[in-house]
Amino acid sequence: MVNVTHSRRALGNTLEELGRPVLSFFEDLGGAFTLIGRVLRASPGLFRTIDLTVEQMFKIGVESLPLVVVTALFTGGVAAVQAAYQFQDYVPMRYLGTVIGKSVVIELAPVLTALVVGGRVGASIAAELGTMKVTEQIDALETLAIDPVRYLVLPRFVAACIMLPVITIFADILAIGGGWAVARGSLGVDTHTFTEGLRLFFYVRDIFSGLIKALFFGMIISTMGCYYGFQAEGGAEGVGRATTRAVVSSCLSILVLDYLLASVLFRLIWT
Amino acid sequence: MIEIKGIEKSFGDHQVLAGVDLTVGTGETMVILGRSGCGKSVLLKLVIGLLKPDSGQVLVGGEPVPYDRPGDLFRMRGKFGMLFQAAALFDSLTVGENVGLGLKENTSLNAGEISRRVKEKLLTVGLDGAEFLKPAELSGGMKKRVGLARALAMDPEYILYDEPTTGLDPVMGGVINELIRDLQHKFRATSIAVTHDIHSAFRIGDRIALLHEGRIVHVGTVAETKATRNPVVEEFIEGQSG
Repeated sequence: MVNVTHSRRALGNTLEELGRPVLSFFEDLGGAFTLIGRVLRASPGLFRTIDLTVEQMFKIGVESLPLVVVTALFTGGVAAVQAAYQFQDYVPMRYLGTVIGKSVVIELAPVLTALVVGGRVGASIAAELGTMKVTEQIDALETLAIDPVRYLVLPRFVAACIMLPVITIFADILAIGGGWAVARGSLGVDTHTFTEGLRLFFYVRDIFSGLIKALFFGMIISTMGCYYGFQAEGGAEGVGRATTRAVVSSCLSILVLDYLLASVLFRLIWT
Repeated sequence: MIEIKGIEKSFGDHQVLAGVDLTVGTGETMVILGRSGCGKSVLLKLVIGLLKPDSGQVLVGGEPVPYDRPGDLFRMRGKFGMLFQAAALFDSLTVGENVGLGLKENTSLNAGEISRRVKEKLLTVGLDGAEFLKPAELSGGMKKRVGLARALAMDPEYILYDEPTTGLDPVMGGVINELIRDLQHKFRATSIAVTHDIHSAFRIGDRIALLHEGRIVHVGTVAETKATRNPVVEEFIEGQSG
């Protein structure tokens, strides 16, 4: 009898241990959606925060460019090398540009740009807002009758939604450029053949798909950074924890949303 | 006038305030004394609507604090100024921008007028010419004074002080106490200060309340507080004097 009671208690504890992170995940998801709702409600106040939005566009977009340049160039290069490896003896090299172009604009540029920018910007937003939270600066804003969502979240949200597609366009160009450089320099594919392949099966909607993804990724990165920043408590340790959770959640959400958007765009809308 | 009626507040299983009743008259400065962690700052945050009570209500100028109506709550906060324990200055803004932020966001004043008001408030707290410094360049006492200037920027009807002298040396603490006293004479705002510093309390308070185990156990003028036979108050005063 004692053993049965003990086993039931142990099972209960195990289920509780397993359930806690699941509950926490849904709680955070709900919190993030609520924050997006508050941002949308605060959006009429955007014209009052134009200067802050432009400042954030610079921080999120322009300051991320060096990272994006390196990521995009090497992504294009790797795409060229791996495509050539898979093509050997089966597919003519005139399709190299096609494969690189398609894979870059639909998938590689938006997703990898979002992941590297998500790490950099998500961490920066969560750390900044988390520090403001634990030092009562957000409370101070409220006592000055300033809505922290309008003043802090809205500019970051709008800036990320604008700048992620913009830097994705840069990444598209640079990654294709990187692919071309490797194709020409080490794979023996001349420029004419590469660009011929690039034009083959080129659809403008592919570029739009990538940019729509980037827009949603921008939304996720800024929302996660702001949400976890606002949740920070308990000093430096709490800020560190909030920053880690913001980056991990952004990256995971980007990958999950990438699949969902791909399903909607390529199986429902563009078919 | 600020009326606090039957306020209760718990965090999880821990009850911090267990039915606080207190009235602060118009133009009066009420100091709430209490040990560290007894819920003094929580009470201030309930008054300005940063936290919502579990039960009870706070009336500001006869109107209940609209905890569930964010728009009205922000409008009500426009009547308040608050000095935070660690000043809570915005790191990314200069001193001038910190002081002028409320004016910039909540009024239609132009940049020149805001700048004039900022200079005036900084002069009031003895920091004229400091508007271009960053908070990181300021000492603890200067930060408190900038926090005070920011709290005064909108000419508030109500001022809340959270531990105004904590973290300062006795000399600077005295300077801040005198400054608060001067400002009260000048602006006649209805004020609540929470502190565990009895010397500061006696210097700035018109009346003193003692918060103990979630309840107000004593309210009286400075003279009445010094003379009271209430054992909790005596213990608090003796503990600090000794």
